[in-house]
Amino acid sequence: MLEIRGLHASAGDTEILKGIDLTVEAGEVHAVMGPNGSGKSTLALVLAGHPAYKVTGGTVRLDGQDLLDLEPEERAQAGVFLAFQYPVEIAGVTNAYFLRAAYNALRKVRGQEELDPIDFLELLEEKLKLVGWGPEIMQRAVNSGFSGGEKKRNEILQMAVLEPRLAILDETDSGLDIDALRIVADGVNALRRPDRATVVVTHYQRLLNFIIPDFVHVLVDGRIVRSGGKDLALELEAKGYEWLTGEPEPQPA
Amino acid sequence: MSGPVESLVNREYKWGFVTDIEADTVPPGLSEDIVRLISAKKAEPQFMLDWRLKAYRGWLKMSEPHWPNVVYPPIDYQRIIYYAAPKTQKPLGSLEEADPKLLETYQKLGIPLTEQKILTGVAVDAIFDSVSVGTSYKKQLGEMGIIFCSFSEAVQEHPELVQKYLGTVVPPSDNFFAALNSAVFSDGSFVYVPKGVRCPMDLSTYFRMNAQNTGQFERTLIVADEGAWVSYLEGCTAPKRDENQLHAAVVELVALPGATIKYSTVQNWYAGDEEGRGGIYNFVTKRGKASERAKISWTQVETGSAITWKYPSVILQGDESVGEFYSVAVVNGRQQADTGTKMIHMGRNTRSTIVSKGISSGRGNNSYRGLVKVLPRAANARNYTQCDSMLIGNRCGANTFPYIDVQNPTASVEHEASTSKIGEDQIFYCKQRGLNTENAISMIVNGFCKEVFKELPMEFAVEAQKLLGISLEGSVG
Repeated sequence: MLEIRGLHASAGDTEILKGIDLTVEAGEVHAVMGPNGSGKSTLALVLAGHPAYKVTGGTVRLDGQDLLDLEPEERAQAGVFLAFQYPVEIAGVTNAYFLRAAYNALRKVRGQEELDPIDFLELLEEKLKLVGWGPEIMQRAVNSGFSGGEKKRNEILQMAVLEPRLAILDETDSGLDIDALRIVADGVNALRRPDRATVVVTHYQRLLNFIIPDFVHVLVDGRIVRSGGKDLALELEAKGYEWLTGEPEPQPA
Repeated sequence: MSGPVESLVNREYKWGFVTDIEADTVPPGLSEDIVRLISAKKAEPQFMLDWRLKAYRGWLKMSEPHWPNVVYPPIDYQRIIYYAAPKTQKPLGSLEEADPKLLETYQKLGIPLTEQKILTGVAVDAIFDSVSVGTSYKKQLGEMGIIFCSFSEAVQEHPELVQKYLGTVVPPSDNFFAALNSAVFSDGSFVYVPKGVRCPMDLSTYFRMNAQNTGQFERTLIVADEGAWVSYLEGCTAPKRDENQLHAAVVELVALPGATIKYSTVQNWYAGDEEGRGGIYNFVTKRGKASERAKISWTQVETGSAITWKYPSVILQGDESVGEFYSVAVVNGRQQADTGTKMIHMGRNTRSTIVSKGISSGRGNNSYRGLVKVLPRAANARNYTQCDSMLIGNRCGANTFPYIDVQNPTASVEHEASTSKIGEDQIFYCKQRGLNTENAISMIVNGFCKEVFKELPMEFAVEAQKLLGISLEGSVG
């Protein structure tokens, strides 16, 4: 479903991704792990088409379609969803309005009729249960004044509504307490389908206790240095990234 | 701009113009004779002529203000034609003859075909529909004693009201442009709502198509008698072109004890081409005077004009009077706006609220200029000001010039200001959810302006939101 071949990308003059090869098939969950600064989040953002990064080589195909050729919104319309590490706040725009606009934008591309606010509310009701929320949250402005945990839950809610083919979770576990982590993981698990795939980008193994991956890849300095099954994550947990990088992990600033 | 130039070149200079009362235009330039001629053409009573002449003589001694934060080449007031009979434009045969770019915008705004035709100057029979709708509402208003007519009509039909209130809020000596307007104003609107009457509809919604060609010097006077209530809508979301570059309107609101006037404006004057050429200069004086327990509320959405210079203000004269100002001002391309408000607290327990949202994009420059003045008698005066600026792109500017002058120790004045930039990240977030750039910006900007839009009548608010999206098209490359 997703084929990444020899992907190179840079931010300004700094090359961050130095040749990534990764194949994700429908129904699979892949975890991309790695120390800080290894390029995990860059990979997630490049797949979504963030303008801060320039692709300097390689190809990315989703169901055979050249993803790199598409605008970010076209990628979203093709079924790519990125759960952001730092979800953005939009003042004055309600969660309900935003999500319905996004949902309808996708429906429009698929030639389906747009949903009016009342029908959409019905659809929401079921999705909200998934993240343990009542309808009040939808009247708040998008992520405005949300706690870190609420923002991440909101990402999962959006994912549940938009039902992407390929969901990329960028450090969705960072800053979450164990309860929030469980809610987020339950949400992701509930959305697993044979025709969808998930890429989980994370620093820590702990999320993978809740979202069990089929494959684990370790990213170091812009390259995948090792791939394996879910046990690889446990091994990493035990031995630390030094095991693969050969040097102590830099502490986050 | 070929119109005035052409007529200037092609016309013989006529000394005997005073007798030439049937002509469509007067020669360019301003003099006492021109003022007399305008008044004569409108068959005005003596008091109006005297008033105009006094304004003109005052104007001669004044100079154009240059304190606003805007830049434009000098205006030659002797090259302007101060009177032109309405509807000199030759009607178009069909919509196909109209500017396709204009039509595209109308379509995006969802303006009905008939209205499109009227706006572009296509001759239509269907206009009779809106006239008859207008007439029936006029009848209903008339039964309630509400007067709503053109200013010229008011001068003829209700001279006593005009004489009593004209210039009581914005005297001709107020400022350069107000003086100019007072001397030469062509037409405008007049509203009088009698004691205790609540006007049953937003005035001008049903009439806006008929209120064309009010000219470049527009004059509006709205009087709400004791306990009356009225909501007035000015303008139109459709981009309006005009061959006259300088527009200097005056709006006066008189709210007698316990009355409420809500004045909403959505203005979209032609802003000029990409380099700002040919855009309208909009130098407007708008002010209201609130007696005790009266309330005056200004709401404006400004997206047009090459230059906007405008400070809808409230004189809180009576005790417990209330003043409000809600504003969205958008500049794109080469537009410049210097706009804001003045709240003058004179009475006790007076309250004012200012919410200003400035949006700058392209190479536009947007300034908020606001004065909150509390005079010694105004015990317990309260003001709350919120002034937010949003920048889109790197080449635009936003400025805030708050002036606060408090002369009573019991007053409370709050000022909050913020400047934010629509970030790449915000747009990317929306795009990642499937929205295109234009929809993303429109959504973010509309969210930013929400507090102002909710003050607009529903139908107007929907139009304003669409307009905002269109005004900002192409603002992010």
